[in-house]
Amino acid sequence: MNQWKNFSKGLLRENAVFVMFLGLCPTLGVTTSAVNGLGMGLATTFVLLMSNFVVSLIKNQIPDKVRIPAFIVIIATFVTVVEMVMKAYLPALFDALGLFIPLIVVNCLVLGRAEAFASKNNIISSIVDGLGLGIGFALALTSLGAVREILGSGAIFGLSFIRGDGMLLFILPPGAFIALGYLIVIANKLKEKTA
Amino acid sequence: MEYVLIIIGAVFVSNIVLNQFLGICPFIGVSNKVDTAVGMTGAVTFVMVIATIFTYLIFQFVLVPLELTYLRTITFILVIASLVQMVEIMLKKISPPLYQALGIFLPLITTNCAVLGVAVLAVQKDFNLLESAVFAIGNAIGFGLALVTFSGIREHLDLMDVPKPMKGVPIAFIVAGLMALAFMGFTGIV
Repeated sequence: MNQWKNFSKGLLRENAVFVMFLGLCPTLGVTTSAVNGLGMGLATTFVLLMSNFVVSLIKNQIPDKVRIPAFIVIIATFVTVVEMVMKAYLPALFDALGLFIPLIVVNCLVLGRAEAFASKNNIISSIVDGLGLGIGFALALTSLGAVREILGSGAIFGLSFIRGDGMLLFILPPGAFIALGYLIVIANKLKEKTA
Repeated sequence: MEYVLIIIGAVFVSNIVLNQFLGICPFIGVSNKVDTAVGMTGAVTFVMVIATIFTYLIFQFVLVPLELTYLRTITFILVIASLVQMVEIMLKKISPPLYQALGIFLPLITTNCAVLGVAVLAVQKDFNLLESAVFAIGNAIGFGLALVTFSGIREHLDLMDVPKPMKGVPIAFIVAGLMALAFMGFTGIV
Protein backbone atom coordinates (compact mmCIF):
# COMPACT_ATOMS: atom_id res chain seq x y z
CA MET A 1 0.00 0.00 0.00
CA ASN A 2 2.75 2.37 1.02
CA GLN A 3 4.73 1.57 -2.13
CA TRP A 4 1.61 2.10 -4.24
CA LYS A 5 1.28 5.61 -2.77
CA ASN A 6 4.95 6.16 -3.47
CA PHE A 7 4.41 5.11 -7.08
CA SER A 8 1.15 6.92 -7.76
CA LYS A 9 2.26 10.32 -6.46
CA GLY A 10 4.29 10.82 -9.61
CA LEU A 11 1.31 10.27 -11.89
CA LEU A 12 -0.72 13.37 -11.04
CA ARG A 13 -0.33 14.74 -7.52
CA GLU A 14 3.39 15.43 -7.87
CA ASN A 15 3.55 15.23 -11.64
CA ALA A 16 6.94 16.45 -12.79
CA VAL A 17 5.68 18.60 -15.65
CA PHE A 18 2.24 19.84 -14.64
CA VAL A 19 2.81 20.39 -10.93
CA MET A 20 6.53 20.68 -10.21
CA PHE A 21 7.53 22.29 -13.55
CA LEU A 22 10.67 20.16 -13.89
CA GLY A 23 12.17 18.95 -17.13
CA LEU A 24 10.42 21.54 -19.26
CA CYS A 25 13.00 21.83 -22.03
CA PRO A 26 12.46 18.35 -23.51
CA THR A 27 8.74 18.67 -22.73
CA LEU A 28 8.45 21.61 -25.10
CA GLY A 29 11.18 20.63 -27.52
CA VAL A 30 10.25 17.11 -28.64
CA THR A 31 6.45 17.00 -28.39
CA THR A 32 5.60 17.75 -32.01
CA SER A 33 3.90 14.33 -32.08
CA ALA A 34 2.61 11.81 -29.54
CA VAL A 35 5.17 9.19 -30.59
CA ASN A 36 8.12 11.54 -30.02
CA GLY A 37 6.71 12.48 -26.61
CA LEU A 38 6.34 8.83 -25.66
CA GLY A 39 9.87 7.97 -26.85
CA MET A 40 11.40 10.82 -24.87
CA GLY A 41 9.29 9.93 -21.83
CA LEU A 42 10.40 6.30 -21.86
CA ALA A 43 14.08 7.22 -22.38
CA THR A 44 13.89 9.58 -19.39
CA THR A 45 12.07 6.93 -17.32
CA PHE A 46 14.89 4.47 -17.96
CA VAL A 47 17.56 6.99 -16.95
CA LEU A 48 15.59 8.06 -13.87
CA LEU A 49 14.99 4.47 -12.78
CA MET A 50 18.61 3.39 -13.21
CA SER A 51 20.12 6.51 -11.65
CA ASN A 52 17.77 6.30 -8.65
CA PHE A 53 18.73 2.63 -8.25
CA VAL A 54 22.49 3.20 -8.42
CA VAL A 55 22.43 6.36 -6.30
CA SER A 56 20.53 4.66 -3.51
CA LEU A 57 22.82 1.62 -3.82
CA ILE A 58 26.02 3.58 -3.23
CA LYS A 59 24.68 6.53 -1.26
CA ASN A 60 26.73 5.62 1.82
CA GLN A 61 29.97 5.45 -0.17
CA ILE A 62 29.67 8.91 -1.73
CA PRO A 63 31.28 11.71 0.32
CA ASP A 64 28.79 14.46 0.95
CA LYS A 65 30.89 17.23 -0.62
CA VAL A 66 31.22 15.66 -4.07
CA ARG A 67 27.77 14.09 -4.24
CA ILE A 68 26.40 16.35 -6.99
CA PRO A 69 29.27 15.67 -9.45
CA ALA A 70 29.04 11.98 -8.54
CA PHE A 71 25.30 11.94 -9.30
CA ILE A 72 25.92 13.72 -12.60
CA VAL A 73 28.48 11.11 -13.66
CA ILE A 74 26.06 8.28 -12.82
CA ILE A 75 23.28 9.99 -14.79
CA ALA A 76 25.56 10.79 -17.74
CA THR A 77 26.59 7.12 -17.93
CA PHE A 78 23.01 5.95 -18.37
CA VAL A 79 22.26 8.76 -20.82
CA THR A 80 25.17 7.58 -22.94
CA VAL A 81 23.77 4.03 -22.83
CA VAL A 82 20.35 5.30 -24.01
CA GLU A 83 22.02 7.36 -26.72
CA MET A 84 23.97 4.42 -28.13
CA VAL A 85 21.10 1.91 -27.91
CA MET A 86 18.64 4.31 -29.56
CA LYS A 87 21.08 5.19 -32.32
CA ALA A 88 21.54 1.48 -33.08
CA TYR A 89 17.93 0.25 -32.89
CA LEU A 90 15.63 3.29 -33.35
CA PRO A 91 17.51 5.62 -35.72
CA ALA A 92 14.34 7.49 -36.81
CA LEU A 93 13.40 8.36 -33.23
CA PHE A 94 17.05 9.23 -32.52
CA ASP A 95 17.02 11.79 -35.33
CA ALA A 96 13.66 13.22 -34.23
CA LEU A 97 14.76 13.74 -30.62
CA GLY A 98 18.21 14.96 -31.68
CA LEU A 99 19.92 17.27 -29.22
CA PHE A 100 17.48 16.48 -26.42
CA ILE A 101 18.87 12.98 -25.80
CA PRO A 102 22.27 14.15 -24.49
CA LEU A 103 20.37 16.87 -22.64
CA ILE A 104 18.62 14.29 -20.42
CA VAL A 105 21.79 14.73 -18.33
CA VAL A 106 20.73 18.23 -17.32
CA ASN A 107 17.04 17.37 -16.92
CA CYS A 108 16.39 18.81 -13.47
CA LEU A 109 13.88 16.02 -12.80
CA VAL A 110 16.56 13.30 -12.83
CA LEU A 111 19.12 15.14 -10.69
CA GLY A 112 16.33 16.42 -8.45
CA ARG A 113 15.10 12.90 -7.61
CA ALA A 114 18.67 11.66 -7.04
CA GLU A 115 19.30 14.48 -4.58
CA ALA A 116 15.88 14.71 -2.93
CA PHE A 117 14.80 11.07 -2.82
CA ALA A 118 17.30 8.36 -3.81
CA SER A 119 20.11 9.68 -1.62
CA LYS A 120 17.88 9.38 1.45
CA ASN A 121 15.75 6.26 0.87
CA ASN A 122 16.26 2.52 0.44
CA ILE A 123 16.66 0.77 -2.90
CA ILE A 124 13.10 -0.53 -3.37
CA SER A 125 11.50 2.85 -2.55
CA SER A 126 13.93 4.62 -4.88
CA ILE A 127 13.15 2.28 -7.77
CA VAL A 128 9.40 2.72 -7.23
CA ASP A 129 9.80 6.48 -6.96
CA GLY A 130 11.81 6.64 -10.17
CA LEU A 131 9.31 4.46 -12.00
CA GLY A 132 6.31 6.51 -10.82
CA LEU A 133 7.76 9.89 -11.66
CA GLY A 134 9.16 8.60 -14.94
CA ILE A 135 5.80 7.24 -16.05
CA GLY A 136 4.12 10.48 -14.94
CA PHE A 137 6.65 12.38 -17.05
CA ALA A 138 6.03 10.08 -20.03
CA LEU A 139 2.25 10.53 -19.67
CA ALA A 140 2.63 14.31 -19.59
CA LEU A 141 4.83 14.31 -22.69
CA THR A 142 2.56 11.91 -24.56
CA SER A 143 -0.56 13.97 -23.76
CA LEU A 144 1.10 17.23 -24.79
CA GLY A 145 2.39 15.53 -27.94
CA ALA A 146 -1.10 14.15 -28.67
CA VAL A 147 -2.76 17.57 -28.23
CA ARG A 148 -0.23 19.22 -30.53
CA GLU A 149 -0.48 16.45 -33.12
CA ILE A 150 -4.30 16.46 -33.13
CA LEU A 151 -4.54 20.24 -33.45
CA GLY A 152 -1.46 20.74 -35.59
CA SER A 153 -1.62 17.96 -38.15
CA GLY A 154 -5.03 16.34 -37.60
CA ALA A 155 -3.56 12.99 -36.66
CA ILE A 156 -2.93 10.84 -33.61
CA PHE A 157 0.07 8.46 -33.32
CA GLY A 158 0.61 9.07 -37.03
CA LEU A 159 -2.95 8.07 -38.06
CA SER A 160 -4.45 10.99 -39.96
CA PHE A 161 -8.18 11.68 -39.57
CA ILE A 162 -8.67 14.90 -41.54
CA ARG A 163 -7.92 15.89 -45.10
CA GLY A 164 -5.47 18.71 -45.70
CA ASP A 165 -3.47 20.53 -43.03
CA GLY A 166 -4.27 21.22 -39.40
CA MET A 167 -3.44 24.36 -37.47
CA LEU A 168 0.25 24.62 -38.28
CA LEU A 169 0.79 26.91 -35.28
CA PHE A 170 0.65 23.97 -32.87
CA ILE A 171 3.50 22.13 -34.58
CA LEU A 172 5.66 25.28 -34.54
CA PRO A 173 7.46 26.45 -31.35
CA PRO A 174 4.83 29.01 -30.18
CA GLY A 175 2.17 26.28 -30.12
CA ALA A 176 4.26 24.28 -27.62
CA PHE A 177 4.19 27.10 -25.08
CA ILE A 178 0.49 27.83 -25.56
CA ALA A 179 -0.63 24.17 -25.46
CA LEU A 180 1.42 23.47 -22.31
CA GLY A 181 0.05 26.63 -20.67
CA TYR A 182 -3.53 25.46 -21.19
CA LEU A 183 -2.74 21.88 -20.09
CA ILE A 184 -1.37 23.27 -16.79
CA VAL A 185 -4.60 25.26 -16.40
CA ILE A 186 -6.58 22.01 -16.76
CA ALA A 187 -4.27 20.24 -14.26
CA ASN A 188 -4.79 23.12 -11.79
CA LYS A 189 -8.55 22.83 -12.18
CA LEU A 190 -8.41 19.06 -11.57
CA LYS A 191 -6.27 19.55 -8.46
CA GLU A 192 -8.70 22.14 -7.13
CA LYS A 193 -11.55 19.65 -7.43
CA THR A 194 -9.76 16.76 -5.73
CA ALA A 195 -8.33 18.94 -2.94
CA MET B 1 30.16 39.21 -42.31
CA GLU B 2 29.95 35.50 -41.64
CA TYR B 3 30.24 36.17 -37.90
CA VAL B 4 27.53 38.84 -38.01
CA LEU B 5 25.22 36.29 -39.64
CA ILE B 6 25.99 33.72 -36.94
CA ILE B 7 25.09 36.27 -34.25
CA ILE B 8 21.87 37.46 -35.93
CA GLY B 9 20.85 33.87 -36.54
CA ALA B 10 21.44 32.91 -32.92
CA VAL B 11 19.77 35.98 -31.41
CA PHE B 12 16.68 36.36 -33.57
CA VAL B 13 16.04 33.56 -36.06
CA SER B 14 16.65 30.47 -33.94
CA ASN B 15 16.48 32.07 -30.53
CA ILE B 16 17.78 29.60 -27.98
CA VAL B 17 14.83 29.94 -25.62
CA LEU B 18 11.86 30.71 -27.84
CA ASN B 19 12.79 28.56 -30.82
CA GLN B 20 15.11 25.81 -29.52
CA PHE B 21 13.53 25.38 -26.07
CA LEU B 22 16.82 25.40 -24.17
CA GLY B 23 17.11 27.04 -20.77
CA ILE B 24 13.37 27.04 -20.11
CA CYS B 25 13.84 26.42 -16.37
CA PRO B 26 15.62 29.73 -15.65
CA PHE B 27 13.40 31.40 -18.27
CA ILE B 28 10.32 30.55 -16.19
CA GLY B 29 12.05 30.37 -12.80
CA VAL B 30 13.98 33.63 -12.47
CA SER B 31 11.93 35.93 -14.70
CA ASN B 32 9.80 37.46 -11.94
CA LYS B 33 11.92 40.59 -11.68
CA VAL B 34 14.03 42.44 -14.24
CA ASP B 35 16.98 42.73 -11.81
CA THR B 36 17.35 38.99 -11.27
CA ALA B 37 16.89 38.38 -14.99
CA VAL B 38 19.82 40.69 -15.73
CA GLY B 39 21.95 38.93 -13.08
CA MET B 40 21.16 35.51 -14.51
CA THR B 41 21.96 36.69 -18.03
CA GLY B 42 25.38 37.92 -16.88
CA ALA B 43 26.23 34.63 -15.22
CA VAL B 44 25.02 32.53 -18.16
CA THR B 45 26.91 34.64 -20.72
CA PHE B 46 30.11 34.25 -18.76
CA VAL B 47 29.87 30.47 -18.32
CA MET B 48 28.43 29.75 -21.77
CA VAL B 49 31.26 31.43 -23.69
CA ILE B 50 34.05 29.92 -21.57
CA ALA B 51 32.42 26.48 -21.54
CA THR B 52 31.94 26.41 -25.31
CA ILE B 53 35.61 27.29 -25.92
CA PHE B 54 36.86 24.71 -23.42
CA THR B 55 34.60 21.89 -24.59
CA TYR B 56 35.50 22.67 -28.22
CA LEU B 57 39.22 22.37 -27.48
CA ILE B 58 38.77 19.17 -25.47
CA PHE B 59 36.56 17.60 -28.15
CA GLN B 60 38.90 18.44 -31.05
CA PHE B 61 42.24 17.75 -29.36
CA VAL B 62 41.46 14.96 -26.90
CA LEU B 63 38.30 13.07 -27.80
CA VAL B 64 38.64 13.03 -31.60
CA PRO B 65 42.31 11.86 -31.74
CA LEU B 66 41.62 9.16 -29.14
CA GLU B 67 38.39 8.11 -30.94
CA LEU B 68 36.38 8.57 -27.77
CA THR B 69 33.67 10.83 -29.22
CA TYR B 70 30.94 8.66 -27.66
CA LEU B 71 32.09 10.02 -24.28
CA ARG B 72 31.04 13.52 -25.40
CA THR B 73 28.08 13.91 -23.05
CA ILE B 74 29.93 12.77 -19.90
CA THR B 75 33.02 14.83 -20.70
CA PHE B 76 31.11 18.01 -21.49
CA ILE B 77 28.96 17.96 -18.38
CA LEU B 78 32.02 17.32 -16.19
CA VAL B 79 33.90 20.18 -17.85
CA ILE B 80 30.93 22.50 -17.34
CA ALA B 81 30.42 21.46 -13.71
CA SER B 82 34.09 21.97 -12.82
CA LEU B 83 34.21 25.21 -14.81
CA VAL B 84 31.28 26.60 -12.87
CA GLN B 85 33.03 25.66 -9.64
CA MET B 86 36.30 27.29 -10.81
CA VAL B 87 34.57 30.47 -11.95
CA GLU B 88 32.88 30.65 -8.56
CA ILE B 89 36.18 30.36 -6.65
CA MET B 90 38.00 32.81 -8.94
CA LEU B 91 35.25 35.42 -8.82
CA LYS B 92 35.22 35.24 -5.03
CA LYS B 93 38.92 36.21 -5.01
CA ILE B 94 39.10 38.61 -7.95
CA SER B 95 35.84 40.49 -7.86
CA PRO B 96 33.75 40.10 -4.68
CA PRO B 97 31.08 42.60 -5.84
CA LEU B 98 30.46 40.63 -9.05
CA TYR B 99 30.47 37.40 -7.02
CA GLN B 100 27.85 38.89 -4.70
CA ALA B 101 25.74 39.99 -7.65
CA LEU B 102 25.84 36.61 -9.43
CA GLY B 103 25.98 34.61 -6.17
CA ILE B 104 22.97 32.33 -6.17
CA PHE B 105 22.82 31.97 -9.96
CA LEU B 106 26.25 30.46 -10.48
CA PRO B 107 25.63 26.96 -9.05
CA LEU B 108 22.31 26.79 -10.89
CA ILE B 109 24.06 27.11 -14.23
CA THR B 110 25.47 23.56 -14.16
CA THR B 111 21.99 22.23 -14.81
CA ASN B 112 21.05 24.95 -17.30
CA CYS B 113 20.60 22.95 -20.47
CA ALA B 114 21.35 26.03 -22.60
CA VAL B 115 25.05 25.80 -21.67
CA LEU B 116 25.41 22.10 -22.51
CA GLY B 117 23.14 22.54 -25.52
CA VAL B 118 25.25 25.30 -27.08
CA ALA B 119 28.46 23.34 -26.42
CA VAL B 120 27.02 20.24 -28.16
CA LEU B 121 25.53 22.28 -31.04
CA ALA B 122 28.84 24.07 -31.68
CA VAL B 123 30.56 20.71 -32.08
CA GLN B 124 27.73 19.23 -34.19
CA LYS B 125 27.76 22.20 -36.58
CA ASP B 126 31.49 21.74 -37.32
CA PHE B 127 32.37 25.31 -36.36
CA ASN B 128 36.00 26.31 -35.93
CA LEU B 129 37.19 27.82 -32.64
CA LEU B 130 36.38 31.46 -33.46
CA GLU B 131 32.98 30.55 -34.93
CA SER B 132 32.17 28.52 -31.82
CA ALA B 133 33.01 31.46 -29.57
CA VAL B 134 30.90 33.84 -31.69
CA PHE B 135 28.06 31.31 -31.73
CA ALA B 136 28.18 31.12 -27.91
CA ILE B 137 28.15 34.92 -27.60
CA GLY B 138 25.19 35.18 -29.96
CA ASN B 139 23.24 32.56 -28.04
CA ALA B 140 24.01 34.26 -24.74
CA ILE B 141 22.69 37.55 -26.15
CA GLY B 142 19.58 35.74 -27.41
CA PHE B 143 19.04 34.17 -23.99
CA GLY B 144 19.43 37.57 -22.32
CA LEU B 145 17.10 39.30 -24.77
CA ALA B 146 14.34 36.74 -24.25
CA LEU B 147 14.79 36.59 -20.46
CA VAL B 148 14.93 40.35 -19.82
CA THR B 149 12.01 41.29 -22.10
CA PHE B 150 9.96 38.42 -20.67
CA SER B 151 10.65 39.52 -17.08
CA GLY B 152 9.52 43.03 -18.03
CA ILE B 153 6.22 41.62 -19.27
CA ARG B 154 5.84 39.47 -16.14
CA GLU B 155 6.30 42.48 -13.85
CA HIS B 156 3.32 44.06 -15.58
CA LEU B 157 1.42 40.78 -15.54
CA ASP B 158 1.54 40.69 -11.72
CA LEU B 159 -0.70 43.74 -11.65
CA MET B 160 -3.25 42.31 -14.06
CA ASP B 161 -6.48 40.54 -13.22
CA VAL B 162 -5.74 36.99 -14.38
CA PRO B 163 -8.30 34.16 -13.88
CA LYS B 164 -7.30 32.11 -10.83
CA PRO B 165 -6.32 28.75 -12.42
CA MET B 166 -4.17 30.65 -14.94
CA LYS B 167 -2.24 32.70 -12.39
CA GLY B 168 1.54 32.32 -12.28
CA VAL B 169 3.14 29.71 -14.53
CA PRO B 170 0.28 28.95 -17.00
CA ILE B 171 -0.19 32.57 -18.08
CA ALA B 172 3.61 32.90 -18.28
CA PHE B 173 3.67 30.02 -20.77
CA ILE B 174 0.94 31.57 -22.89
CA VAL B 175 2.78 34.91 -22.91
CA ALA B 176 5.96 33.06 -23.88
CA GLY B 177 4.01 31.48 -26.73
CA LEU B 178 2.96 34.89 -28.02
CA MET B 179 6.56 36.09 -27.74
CA ALA B 180 7.72 33.06 -29.71
CA LEU B 181 5.11 33.94 -32.33
CA ALA B 182 6.58 37.45 -32.57
CA PHE B 183 10.09 36.03 -32.93
CA MET B 184 8.89 33.83 -35.81
CA GLY B 185 8.60 37.05 -37.76
CA PHE B 186 12.39 36.95 -38.08
CA THR B 187 12.30 33.61 -39.93
CA GLY B 188 14.19 33.73 -43.19
CA ILE B 189 16.18 36.93 -42.71
CA VAL B 190 19.46 35.00 -42.57
